[in-house]
Amino acid sequence: MLLISGGHLIDPSQGLNKVGDLLVTEDKISWIGDKGTAPVQQGFSILDASRMVVCPGFIDLHSHLREPGFEDKETIATGTQAAARGGFATICCMANTEPPIDTRAVVDYVKTKARVAGLVRVLPIGCITKGRKGEELAEMAELAEAGVVAFSDDGDPVINSSLMRHALEYSRVFSLPIIDHCEDRTLSQDGVINEGWVSTRLGLKGIPAASEEAMVARDLALAQLTGAKLHIAHATTEGSVELIRHAKEKGVSVTAEVTPHHLTLTEERVIGNQLIPKTYHLSATAYDANAKVNPPLRTKKDIAALIKGLKEGIIDAIATDHAPHTLADKMCEFDLAAFGISGLETAFGCLMSLVHNGELDLVTLISKLTFEPARIVRNKYEELGSLKIGSPADITLFDPDEEWIVDSNNFASKGKNTPFNGCQFKGKVMATIASGKIVYQDNLIKVKGN
Amino acid sequence: MKVTEPNTSTVMPETSPPSLKLWQHNHILDLDNFTKDEIELVFETSNAMKEVLKREIKKVPTLRGKTLATLFCEPSTRTRASFELAAKNLSADVINLDAIKSSVIKGESLIDTLRTLQAMGADIIVIRHSQSGAPYLAARHLNVSIINAGDGWHAHPTQALLDLYTIHHHLGQLNGLKVVIIGDIMHSRVAHSNIWGMSIMGAEVILCAPASLLPYGLNDFITNCHLPPITVEPKLDIALKGADAIMPLRLQKERQQTNLLPSLREYIQLYQLNQERLSLAKSHALVLHPGPVNEGIEIAPEVAYGAQSVIEEQVTNGLAIRMALLYLIVGGKR
Repeated sequence: MLLISGGHLIDPSQGLNKVGDLLVTEDKISWIGDKGTAPVQQGFSILDASRMVVCPGFIDLHSHLREPGFEDKETIATGTQAAARGGFATICCMANTEPPIDTRAVVDYVKTKARVAGLVRVLPIGCITKGRKGEELAEMAELAEAGVVAFSDDGDPVINSSLMRHALEYSRVFSLPIIDHCEDRTLSQDGVINEGWVSTRLGLKGIPAASEEAMVARDLALAQLTGAKLHIAHATTEGSVELIRHAKEKGVSVTAEVTPHHLTLTEERVIGNQLIPKTYHLSATAYDANAKVNPPLRTKKDIAALIKGLKEGIIDAIATDHAPHTLADKMCEFDLAAFGISGLETAFGCLMSLVHNGELDLVTLISKLTFEPARIVRNKYEELGSLKIGSPADITLFDPDEEWIVDSNNFASKGKNTPFNGCQFKGKVMATIASGKIVYQDNLIKVKGN
Repeated sequence: MKVTEPNTSTVMPETSPPSLKLWQHNHILDLDNFTKDEIELVFETSNAMKEVLKREIKKVPTLRGKTLATLFCEPSTRTRASFELAAKNLSADVINLDAIKSSVIKGESLIDTLRTLQAMGADIIVIRHSQSGAPYLAARHLNVSIINAGDGWHAHPTQALLDLYTIHHHLGQLNGLKVVIIGDIMHSRVAHSNIWGMSIMGAEVILCAPASLLPYGLNDFITNCHLPPITVEPKLDIALKGADAIMPLRLQKERQQTNLLPSLREYIQLYQLNQERLSLAKSHALVLHPGPVNEGIEIAPEVAYGAQSVIEEQVTNGLAIRMALLYLIVGGKR
């Protein structure tokens, strides 16, 4: 049993925002109340949380754990360690493994691996189509019964509009969301960064904002047509935010997520490391493949719209799109480098920059990492993303003012591919508790016996 | 970097050696980090090299004992031959790696191939690559000098320098000149490096192309890179008025297949530089082309071989420019 004492408790699921104590008994939250009033008994461990914020464990709607199939990039063991370090007590893993998560057998494999080797709760996402080929629907009912929390062919969009329509219709039976990676491939073609002045500057093929927006618009029309739950993965453009806003106003059942990197970095990051003073000529640090991600990093204007969208509830959640890759996947010609950012361990630090800059308030940020994603992948059995008594003891403790420098060599993730390497962040995860177990604790955290 | 005057007596006995104190470059990746003075230094050095090229024995010992490696990951005959000859005229040893045939097929990574060349003792590596940024990757991971011989759609600095040099040679200066670049600007590394070079030297650049062949975000590009204004004029007859130099770009035939153009026929009707259109430019206007020429497509044969064409001279000047750059890079290191 564990007493978390004297922390600043913030839980948007119950409007909680005050200093207090919290008790964990086995894997549940058993008591919450004012500081010093907890019914402490002999044998309790005590975690002094003064100066820290105590909130529900973060939930990531969008992680790539790579197992089975790409264990050189990440495994369920290393991916969940990375999650724990990043404050995530629950992660939803995407279906683009090899084999993909399109049968009960693969769902069971992932769940078993997660139970044995995983540090945090892993909720698998199943494929929309067999083999993620975009040709035939996967056996969605079986996948739902096996325990997937959503369906997605992420990495690829569902190109066939009729198939997408039927996937949405069919998903209504289980009331699980369909998550689409919105990209019109005939527009993005073999683009590698945002289309605009930076793509021109670097002579790289661009991906226009319209490539995302055209697909978002189609999906919203289909969600309206079918009445099914649609979730837009990694929205990145001002136009997408406007389309989602319009659909929500009409009552379409849509939710959306944004990633930490799309909220904090622009296309200009590809020109070079932002730590080096900017010159208008290119240095040898140009063409940094660690900033190559799909959808691509966009513009300041898009970032402003995404933040506004978060505040106004147009964008529901923040998800990492954690996409670990090997060194060889990135240390090559920019066009040939893999898309993706290893994001679990930097997500919170980079998001706190928005709080410290006054662009986002802390409670909204926590809500987008806890209560809101929990609403999207509502668990049948338990209430996630909450500190309510009886909820699973998934708790994140962070120090909002602790400064640290990102060093990818220290990542638990196998993927060292981050555009934030060397960045100084203010705000650090100090401990993560998943199902009552401390799965990560900073060196500064001491747990004492009673 | 320590810069001292090299012993130039054997290189340029009949002209005074240009000052190397100005020279800052260990690599030639693009012209974006060149100053006007540095480009003028390249011109002066090229003048001396042209003098060497006129000799009966076109060989000086400047780079004796140095090794130049060329790594061409994209087909090229002219540029590679030019670099090879430039190095040989300066007495360097040359190894040529044709990466299209060898390493790429074997699945060898670019960095691995480059590191092998470095381990073999190459002092300068000349790289041509179909992907933008490859020379930057090389410069980031290697300790030898890298010369960009053309990367993807991005840059072709030695070509732009020889274009600038050729115009400068004929018209005496670049400042205030009106230079029209016609055609596939979007996919043209030659155009991109020329935009930098012309702007640095004070020439006015006019881009003439249909919008489907123009780069995206051009205005933001100009603003963010602190470039002087660049005019876009889609109508060729208007663009050519008062031009001092005209550069029709090679039109890749696959542009039509990707629907950037309806047909070659229409392109020829709208954008081919022919004698009638050339007469709209100034009477002394020069016609340049980065080669190889698609005769009868972007340029009419009578213009390509006409009195105002300096296309062949560009090739000779290219050799002098590349000799000058090799000399400056090695000299700058001494």
